[in-house]
Amino acid sequence: MTGLTGNHMGMSLSVDDLDIENVAFFGYCAKGDFRLQKCKENGLFRYPPTTRCPFSGSANYEWVSVAPKGTVYSYNEVHHAIQPAFKGKTPYMLLLVELDTQKGQPTEHDGLRVAGNLVTPDGEMAPPEMVKKIGIGSRMRMVFKQVGDGFALPMWTIDENAKQPDKPWRYAQE
Amino acid sequence: MANQSDIDASSGKHLAGKYSIVGVGETTYTRGGGRTTRAMATTAIANAMADAGLTADDVDGMLSYSGGDSTPSTFVAGDLGIRLNFYMDVFGGGSSTEALIGIAMGVIEAGMCKTVAIFRSMNGYSQVRIGGTGARSAAPVKGDEIHNRAYGWQSAGQMFAPSFMRHMYDYGTTPEQVAMVKVVHSEHASNNPKAYYKKRFTVDEVLSSRIICKPLHLLDCCVETDNGTCIIVTTTERARDLAKRPAIIQSVVGRCSKPRIDMHYQHGPISTVAGHYAKNILFPNAGLGPEDIDVTAAYDAFTFTSMLQLEDYGFCKKGEGGQYVSSGITRLGGKRPNNTSGGHLCEGYTHGMNMVIENVRQLRAEIDDSCPIGPDGKRQHTYDYREGGCRQVKDVEVTCNMGWANPGTGSAMIMVKG
Repeated sequence: MTGLTGNHMGMSLSVDDLDIENVAFFGYCAKGDFRLQKCKENGLFRYPPTTRCPFSGSANYEWVSVAPKGTVYSYNEVHHAIQPAFKGKTPYMLLLVELDTQKGQPTEHDGLRVAGNLVTPDGEMAPPEMVKKIGIGSRMRMVFKQVGDGFALPMWTIDENAKQPDKPWRYAQE
Repeated sequence: MANQSDIDASSGKHLAGKYSIVGVGETTYTRGGGRTTRAMATTAIANAMADAGLTADDVDGMLSYSGGDSTPSTFVAGDLGIRLNFYMDVFGGGSSTEALIGIAMGVIEAGMCKTVAIFRSMNGYSQVRIGGTGARSAAPVKGDEIHNRAYGWQSAGQMFAPSFMRHMYDYGTTPEQVAMVKVVHSEHASNNPKAYYKKRFTVDEVLSSRIICKPLHLLDCCVETDNGTCIIVTTTERARDLAKRPAIIQSVVGRCSKPRIDMHYQHGPISTVAGHYAKNILFPNAGLGPEDIDVTAAYDAFTFTSMLQLEDYGFCKKGEGGQYVSSGITRLGGKRPNNTSGGHLCEGYTHGMNMVIENVRQLRAEIDDSCPIGPDGKRQHTYDYREGGCRQVKDVEVTCNMGWANPGTGSAMIMVKG
């Protein structure tokens, strides 16, 4: 297996060929298929990719497709970017979206909280008016941003077909 | 998965009181000090040795921590004429201070050396900036980092913000309550001649400063400074022969973590921080509880980090941190002052060292404020906490430090008067 190289908004991205878990994860994303490792011992998914199951310690797993939908669990909204790639993209949002799959499993405190930026349906960083619509409770669907050959990043956009909360929770000051 | 909150991580109590901090020292807290980390480290250690009444022959252990932005112990020891029986330079930032104090106790206990100087030296403003700006922000994004840095999720504020947001969501914590942390620490800093920022701020000034990364305004964030700091640890028995009243270490916790520290947001509640676990080591080992603590120092990389820790260590009920930090309790003159030096928000950024140094001086009743020095050479504390006045808390017997690496990892220490 070879590694991955890519470019996202001017940032150089790479995954070493020894890092087989991340190579597989981002490789499936490039095919538009969101897969997570499923432990063969207890059947639990985990995120982000790991070498063993955090719940069983088992190294045996398979990559299984997961419905790429969920609810915003928390977020940040950056107004002062520090990375050069994000200057001129503010305000931008980092979303932690809790998947519907395996919510509250294996304990009530656990969930698959998948990181990604808020983007438009075609994968571009969201404009300010879209940022203002999103908060804790918003329903999201995943889109993939191609960043290289066989290499894509998971991102989040508004799930147009889902029932949205009347007023998602947002920080008090706009 | 084991329910990790059920595991009793507290150790035997035989080390409580056996070790002490006997010397503390620092450089000025400045920006553009124009000195190498090597020079600042040697100054801080020399000051701490002088404070303790120790010579180069008395110090035989050294520990430091950094993020690749400091000078190793080997060069620093050479400069000071110290022959080391033990040294180690550790990777890490916040929460390292208390962790390394615990390691120092362990290596002395193991007979590997007798007295350990712990230092942190950093040009956090003029070289490797603590805000994560500069060269580090532009570095290529590799492997596991893609899950965060590729999303513009890199700086401390950006990384911690989902915890802060969720606390507001879960408990109704308000921006005005949290801003009071800065207000109170700035009051303390105004009585600290060493503080980089001595100006007192109001809630309105905090909330009208520009948003960096919601929910953080500029004034919710700590200051970036250049400085070296040092803490010297030895046995309480040896401490009795030294220059200053020892600050006796009653219990210590090092880098205690939440589950899933590979990405701690996978295990909630994310509005709960590592102190929730650390307190179960800290207090039982000390044989003390939150109600016994006279002065706290809850790491204030951000206003929120102080509040979250005070809450999760049990100084108030879970969810009531906003009320606690805005109640006046944490002020000088209040029931339990927090970060009396002004901390990281105002005094200077040291990755936790200055907060331990301050509590050592509180326990000695030797706070370096502007109170007059009497004929005996000792400061005559007035306990008048108005601007420019006293910073010494009356009759301090017990202090508690709460170090922070991130919402998922923290360290802590309880010290008592020697």
